[in-house]
Amino acid sequence: MTYRNRELANLVVVGILTALGFASVYIARQDIVSTASLSYAGFFFALYLAAHLVARLTVPYADPYLLPMAALLTAIGLTEIYRLNPTDAFRQGLWIVVALCAFALTLFLLQHDYRRLESYKYLFGLSAIALLVLPALPVLGTSVNGARLWVHVGSLQFQPGELAKVFLIVFLAGYLREKREVLAQGRLKDFGPLLLIWGGAMLVLVETNDLGSALLYFGIFLAMLYVATGRFLYVGLGIGLFLAGAFAVYHYVEHVRERITIWLHPWTDHAVYCAINGKLLPRQDCASYQLVKSLYSVSHGSWFGTGLGKGTFRTTGGGELIPYLNTDFIYSALAQELGLVGVAALLLVYMLFVSRGFKIAMLADDGFSKLLAIGLTFAFALQTFIIVGGILRLIPLTGITLPFISYGGSSVVANFVLLAGLLLVSNRANAERE
Amino acid sequence: MNRQIARLGLVGVALVAALIVATTYWQTWASAGLADRQDNEIQRVAQFSIKRGLIRASDGTILASNRIKKVGGQKLYLRRYPQGGLFSHVVGYSTQSRSRAGLESSMNDYLTGANRNLDTVLKTTLDRIRGATITGNDLWLTMRPGPQRLAMRELASKCGSVVALDPRTGKVLVMASRPTYDPNLVEKDFNRINNIRAACRPAAPLLNRATDGLYTPGSTFKVVTASAALDSGRFTPQSRFFDPGYCIEYGKQVRNAGNPEAPETFGSVDLITGLEHSINSVFCNIGKAIGAGKILGYAKRYGFYEDPPLETPANERSPSGLYKNGELFRPSDPRTQVDPGRLAFGQERMLATPLQMAMVAAGVGNKGVVMEPFVVDRITNPNGGVVTRTKPRKLRRAVSRQTAQELTQMMEGAVQSGTGTAAQIPGVPVAGKTGTAETGIPGRYTSWFISFAPANAPRVAVAVVLQDQTGFGGQVAAPIAKDVMQAILAGKANP
Repeated sequence: MTYRNRELANLVVVGILTALGFASVYIARQDIVSTASLSYAGFFFALYLAAHLVARLTVPYADPYLLPMAALLTAIGLTEIYRLNPTDAFRQGLWIVVALCAFALTLFLLQHDYRRLESYKYLFGLSAIALLVLPALPVLGTSVNGARLWVHVGSLQFQPGELAKVFLIVFLAGYLREKREVLAQGRLKDFGPLLLIWGGAMLVLVETNDLGSALLYFGIFLAMLYVATGRFLYVGLGIGLFLAGAFAVYHYVEHVRERITIWLHPWTDHAVYCAINGKLLPRQDCASYQLVKSLYSVSHGSWFGTGLGKGTFRTTGGGELIPYLNTDFIYSALAQELGLVGVAALLLVYMLFVSRGFKIAMLADDGFSKLLAIGLTFAFALQTFIIVGGILRLIPLTGITLPFISYGGSSVVANFVLLAGLLLVSNRANAERE
Repeated sequence: MNRQIARLGLVGVALVAALIVATTYWQTWASAGLADRQDNEIQRVAQFSIKRGLIRASDGTILASNRIKKVGGQKLYLRRYPQGGLFSHVVGYSTQSRSRAGLESSMNDYLTGANRNLDTVLKTTLDRIRGATITGNDLWLTMRPGPQRLAMRELASKCGSVVALDPRTGKVLVMASRPTYDPNLVEKDFNRINNIRAACRPAAPLLNRATDGLYTPGSTFKVVTASAALDSGRFTPQSRFFDPGYCIEYGKQVRNAGNPEAPETFGSVDLITGLEHSINSVFCNIGKAIGAGKILGYAKRYGFYEDPPLETPANERSPSGLYKNGELFRPSDPRTQVDPGRLAFGQERMLATPLQMAMVAAGVGNKGVVMEPFVVDRITNPNGGVVTRTKPRKLRRAVSRQTAQELTQMMEGAVQSGTGTAAQIPGVPVAGKTGTAETGIPGRYTSWFISFAPANAPRVAVAVVLQDQTGFGGQVAAPIAKDVMQAILAGKANP
C-alpha cells in the first residue's frame, strides 16, 4: 500500500470511531440515536477526506499516521466538547475548518521546498517576539486568571503565543543550523544568544505571569540546542539558569508564588487567607479550588470511567463543578468519562505521535529539516506534558491547551500548521528515499 | 545529530509515559481516598444519578421518594419527603448542599445499591455494564404512621419527644421529636429551618431529641433504683420506710416534692407506696443504703453508658448516664464522687435520652429482658425480594423475672392510684411512672412519663418527655403517653 492509501484506511477507522463516539454521547443524553449526531461525524469525516486529498496532491510520501492521529485527537476533543457544551462544539467545528484551511495553505505554499523558510529566519524570530509581546500591550491584551495571554480585537480573541511557538521553532531551526559548529566549540562569546533567549523567556514569564509558556519556550530552545550542538553542558547550564530565574520570579511575583503553593499543598486542614474574597477558607475551597475539583474528576473516572456523556460535571442545581472544563481541564473531563483505560489509550496516541515525529527527524537528511522536525515534535510533547502534568500535580498547574483536543481556535490552527510542517519534512525525506 | 535525536526522543516518550503513570496513580491508588473527602462534590452529585431506594413506614406509607430532574441532559434523582416534618428526625435527608443525615446517611449504602449483599452486587454490576440506571434498595421501617402522627400532634408546639417501642422485639413504633423541620427545605431554604420559633432555647429543630436529647430523668429513674433495690435482694416491695418529708444527706435535708416550706409527708410507708406516690425520701434512703455504684450498675444493664443501638448515624445518638462538663462521666469511685441519695431519684448529674427511658419501661414490661431497639424492619430490592430482615436481638437481661414482676405491680399501682392516673386506659391494665425533674429554674420542669401496656403482656412501651413545663409529668406527659399507647394497641396486633 502506498503512503496515502494507508492514510486513507486509517482515516476511515477514525471516521467510524467518531461516529460511535457521537452516537454514544447522544444515547447517554437523549436516549435516542439522532441523525444529527451522525451528520456531525459525517461532516467531520468529509473534512478530513479533503485534508487527505490535499496531502495526496502536495505531500504524497509523507508519514501516513500523523494526519489520522491528529484526526482522532480532534474527534475525541470535539466529541467531549460537544458533550459538555454543544454550542462550543459548533464553534470548535468551525475552527477545525479554519485550521484545515491553514494546513492546506501551508502545504500548498511550501510543497516545493519548505527549506527556503530558512532564509527568512530572522523575520520569523522577530514575528514570534512581536506576537509574544502583543498580550502585554495595554489596549489589546487581557488578563485571564492573572495571566496575560489573550489578545482581543473587537469580539475576536486569540492567544498569539500558540502561533509564536511555531514561528520560534522555524527561527531556531534556521539559526541553530547556521551556528551549530561555532556553538559546539563553546567559546564564551557564543553564549550570547543562549543568555539572550533565557532573558527573553524570563521576560515572557514576568510579562504574562505564565510559568507554563516560559517553560514551554525554554524547553523547546534547550532541546533544539542540544540536538544542534550535542552538548549536555548547555542543557545543564540552561536548566540551572532557568531554575535560578524561576526562583527569583518566585520571590518577586505573587501570582507565581501562589501557583507553587497550590501545587505543593492543595489541601489544608485549617483555614488560610483567601485572596479571592478576603475570607479565611481551607485552600481547597479557594486558591486550589480548580486543581482539587479537577483531581476529583480524574479520580472519579477510576478504571473504566463513567462512559461518554455520563460523567458528573454539574451540581444538582446545574452549576459548574469544574471551571474551564472545555479548555484547560478537558483532560480531567476525559479522564472521568473514559477512565484509566480510555485516557491511557489517549496518551499512547500522543506518545505514538511524538515517536513518529522523532522518526521523521531521524530520516530527514539536512540539519534544518532535522531541527525543524525536532522542534515541532518536542513542542508538541512538552505542551502535552505541561498541561496534563499540571492537572495531575506532577508540576505546577498552568493554563495552556492540550494539543488538538482543547477547545480554542488559536491552538487548533497552530497545531495543524505544526502538523503540516512535520508532513513536509517527512515527505521530502521519504521522497528522496523512494 | 541522530544520536541526540534518539536521546531526545526518549525524553519525549518519557514525558508522556510519566503522564500515564500519574493518571494511574490518581485513578486507582488515590481514588478511594479522594472519594471520601468532604469537599468532593463530584462524588456527592454522582450519587444522585443513582435511583435511590424508597423509605417506607411499616404500612407502606412512603416517607422518602425521588423526583427526577434533568441537568445538562443527565437524569438526577433528587429526594422528596411526602410526609414533611413528620418522620424527619429518623429518615433524615439526602441533599447536595448539606450532605446527608438520619437513615439517609447511615443506610446510604443500601439505598444506593452499594451494599455488599451478593444479589445487590450482581445486579448493580450488570446495570453498570449495560449502562442502565442503578437502583437502590428500599427500606421498610418499623414505625407506625398513625400513632406517629398522633404523637407529633400532641407534642404540638411544646419541645419534647415521644418514643414507643414494642417491648417484645425492640421495634421502634413511634419516634417523635419537636420542634421538627421539613426535610424538603434543607436544600432550597435552610435558613427557614434554622429560624423557626420554638418554646425552648436553643430550638435545635434538626436535633433528634428521642436519641440525642439528654434530659434529667427525675423520678422515672426511680424504676432503675427500685430495680437495684429489689434485684440485689436488699429490699422487698414490702420493706418499710419512715418518711418525715425529707431525707438527711451529708447532714442536710433533701426534701420531697411540693412546696419547699411544707413538703408532702407520708409517715410510715412500704416501697410499693413509695413508688406509687414517688416519695423522694424513700428512694434517697435506698440510695444511701445500696450506694451509687450499685444503682449505676443496674442503669448500665438497662443500656445506660452505651450508645443506644439504633440504625441512625452514631453522631445522632447519645449515651445516657452521669454527665460532667458536657462529657459522659464515669466515676472511678462512685462512693465519694456521686451523691447516692439524689441519684436515686434521678437528679444528681444524671441525664437520659427518651429512647433510653423507653428501653427501661420496655425492659421491665418484657419480664426483665431489654431488647435492642431497631427501626429498619427489612430491606427489599427493587423487585420486592427481601435483601435482609432484622431479627429481634436481646440486649441483655436487666433484672430477674421476679423483680420485673414486682416492678410491674408497683408501676401499675402508680397508674391506678398514684401519680400517673392520667394514663389509665379503660379495660387495659397500664404500668407507668411519672417524672418531674428540676431544671435549675424554679417553676420550670422537665416532665416525664414512662409506661407500658397491657401490664401483664405488654405490646407497647412509651417514654414521653416535655421540656420547660410548669405542670408535673403526671399532668402533662401521662395523657400523651396514654393516647399513643391506646392508638398503638388499637392498631393491628402485629403489622
